[in-house]
Amino acid sequence: MKKFLAKAYIYILLVLLYAPLIFIAVFSFTESKVLGNWTGFSTRLYANLFTGNMQGSSSLLSAVENTLLIALISALVSMLLGTIAAVGIYNLRNRTRQAVTFLNNIPMINPDVITGVSLFLLFVFLHISQGYTTVILAHISFGTPYVVLSVLPKLAQMNPNIYEAALDLGATPSQAFWKVLVPQLRPGMISGFILAFTMSLDDFAVTFFTRGTIGLDTLSTYIYTDARKGGLTPELRPLMTLIFLIILVLLLVINLRSARTKTPNRAR
Amino acid sequence: MAGDHIIDLKHVSKRFGDKVVLDDINLYIRKGEFVTLLGPSGCGKTTTLRLISGFLAPDEGEILLNGKDISGIPPYKRPFNTVFQRYALFPHLDVYDNIAFGLKLQKVPEDEIDKRVGRVLKLVSMSDYEDRDVESLSGGQQQRVAIARALVNQPEILLLDEPLAALDLKMRKDMQIELKEMHRKLGITFIYVTHDQEEALTLSDTIVVMNEGKIQQIGTPTDIYNEPVNCFVADFIGESNILKGRMLRDRRVAFIKHEFDCVDEGFGEDVPVDVVVRPEDIYFTTDPAKCQFKATVNSCIFKGVHYEMWVDTDTGYELMIQDYDPYEVGTEVMLYIDPDDIQVMHKERTRNVFDGKMVDETHVEMIGGVFECLPQPGLSGGENVKVEATFEAVDLLDHQEDGVVAGEVHFLLYKGDHYHLTILTDEGYHLWVDTNDIWDKGDLVGVNIAAADLKITKCDEA
Repeated sequence: MKKFLAKAYIYILLVLLYAPLIFIAVFSFTESKVLGNWTGFSTRLYANLFTGNMQGSSSLLSAVENTLLIALISALVSMLLGTIAAVGIYNLRNRTRQAVTFLNNIPMINPDVITGVSLFLLFVFLHISQGYTTVILAHISFGTPYVVLSVLPKLAQMNPNIYEAALDLGATPSQAFWKVLVPQLRPGMISGFILAFTMSLDDFAVTFFTRGTIGLDTLSTYIYTDARKGGLTPELRPLMTLIFLIILVLLLVINLRSARTKTPNRAR
Repeated sequence: MAGDHIIDLKHVSKRFGDKVVLDDINLYIRKGEFVTLLGPSGCGKTTTLRLISGFLAPDEGEILLNGKDISGIPPYKRPFNTVFQRYALFPHLDVYDNIAFGLKLQKVPEDEIDKRVGRVLKLVSMSDYEDRDVESLSGGQQQRVAIARALVNQPEILLLDEPLAALDLKMRKDMQIELKEMHRKLGITFIYVTHDQEEALTLSDTIVVMNEGKIQQIGTPTDIYNEPVNCFVADFIGESNILKGRMLRDRRVAFIKHEFDCVDEGFGEDVPVDVVVRPEDIYFTTDPAKCQFKATVNSCIFKGVHYEMWVDTDTGYELMIQDYDPYEVGTEVMLYIDPDDIQVMHKERTRNVFDGKMVDETHVEMIGGVFECLPQPGLSGGENVKVEATFEAVDLLDHQEDGVVAGEVHFLLYKGDHYHLTILTDEGYHLWVDTNDIWDKGDLVGVNIAAADLKITKCDEA
C-alpha cells in the first residue's frame, strides 16, 4: 500500500506537470474555434498552418521567422562572447575568478521582467531606437552567461599545458586558440549555444520591453497580443505542439551529449 | 665568451609578486650538451626552463641564444621544443596529427611530413601507432609521442620538464636509457628538469643544482657527487655523512673526534669546516694497523645490492656505511677512510647574525619579534644593532605561540651526533639551529633565544 502511494504520487505530479501540454496537443487535432470543444479528429489545423490558409497567417509566419532569426543570431554571438569570456575568467587569479563567476551567475537568476525593464530604461537613456537590434542585444546579454557557465568546466578539465604546447610547436596565439583550445571547448560551446538558443526562443518579458513600437513580434509576443484580441487563433495549438516537440528533442540532444562526453573521462 | 655557448643566462632574476623565485642566475649551456637542472620543488628549476622557452620573461638580466638576446622573441618563434610534464598531447588529434601539428603550421609539403613523422615514430619505437587515439595510449606511450612531437620540428634545443615523473620506476629506467641514446644520435642540446638526483646523475653531461632560486653548484655528475660544495648539495645528491669538522692544517682534518689525512688544501689552520663522507667510502678492516677508529654496529638492513649499516663510533657519533658484506648488530668493527674520499667544505656560516634595533636597554627587535636581552648600557632605544647567536643557543618550542617568533622547519641535516636545522620564520627570515631533539621537515615551531645568549654590538654607521 505504502509503495502504491509512493508510486501514485510521482505519477500524479507528472500528470499535473504535463496536463496542459497534453491538453494543447490533443486539441490541436480538432477544428473547434473555442479551446475545449472537441468536434472530432482532424488535421486541418496542421494543414492550415503549413499552407498559410488561415486568418492572420502572414503576421504569424513573420513572428516565427523573427523568433528563429533572433534566437539564432543572439545564440551565435553569445557563444562567441561567452567562450572568450570563459577563457579570460579561467585565467584570472583564484579570488577574482570566483567573484567574476558569481557576477556571471546573477543575470541568470535575475527575474526576466527586471532584466527587461532595466534594458528598456538603458536603451531609452542611450537614445537607441528600439526594434530588431535592441531585442537581439538584449537576448545576447542574457544568453552569454549560459555559454560562460557551460564552457568553464571544459576549461577546468583541460590539461593547462596544451595551449602552451601549441605555442611551443610554433602556433601563434590565435592559431593555438582556434586549432587547440576551440576543439577542446567545442562540446561546452555547443551546449551553451543550445541553452542560449532555447532561452531566446522562450523569452517573453525581455522581448516585450525591448521591441519598441515598430510592431516587431516574436512568437511569444504575438500569442500574447492574439490571446488578448478575443481568443487564441486555433492554428496556434498545432504550432505550440510542434515547438514543444522541437524543444524536447533539443533537450534530449543536450543530455545525451553530456552523458557521452562523461564516459571517456571515466575510462581514463 | 666562448663560441660554443648556445644559451647564456646573465644575471637573470624573476619574482612572482613579492616572492623571489630566481635570484641572479648565471649559467651557460654548450651546444650539444645534456644539461640537467636539479633541485627540490620550488627551487626555480621549472621557472628557469620556462624563461628559456619564452613562456615567462625575466624581471632582470638577459637570455642569449647563440650570443643574441632573445627576450623579445615569443615562444612560437624560438627554435626550441618542449616535452611537458603531463605530456600535453592534443586529445582531439590522433598520434600522426599530434606529431604533424608543428610541421603543418610551417606548411611543410604533405609527403615530407609523412616521411618525417615516420622517422621520429621509429626513433621513439612507436611506428605502428600513427592512427591511434592518443587517449587510448599508456603513459609511457603518450610520453614517447610527446617526445616525437617535439623532435619532429628539428629544434636546436629540446627542453624537457620532468618528462618521466608520471611513469612507474621500471618504465622510467627504460626511458632514461632511451633518452640518453636519442641525445647521442641527434647531437642536439637537451635541457632537462628533474627533482630526481639519480635521473640527473644517469643522464647528464652537466648538472646544475638549484635551491631557493639560486644555483648551488654546476658540474659533471662525478664532480657533483664526489665534491659537493656545500651541505645542501651533499645531502641532496646521494646518501652522505655530513659532519662538523676542523681543518687542522693542509691535508689534515679532524672530525668525529679523530684526525684524518685528506687531500684538501688552502683552508688555513684550525678552521671550522663541514666534512662529507659517502657511506660507501667508509671501509671495514681486520688489520689494526689500517684501523683509524672503532665502532659498534647498531643496525644492518639489506638494500638489494648492498647492506646499509648504522654504526656508533667509539667517540659517540653515528655514521652510515654501505658495504657488500653485512656485519651483525653489536659487532665491534675497525674502520678507515681513504684521504681521497674525504670532502672538506667551507662552512657557509658559523653562527646566526641578525640585523636588529634596540627597543629599550633590555629588549631588542629582530626577525619580526622583540627578544629580551641583557642590559646594554651604551645603547638607547631605536639604535640599530647587530645581534649574534650561536646555533646551539636557539630554543625550539612545540607550540608556535610559546615562541617569540613562529616558524617552520625548512630543511634539516643529520650531522652524526646532532641535527642542523634551517628554520624559516613566518616573516620570511632564516635562522639555523643545532639540536639533539628530533624534528621533521615542515614541523611548526616557536623560536626563542635566551637573553644571555644574545651578543649585541653596535652597528657600524653606514
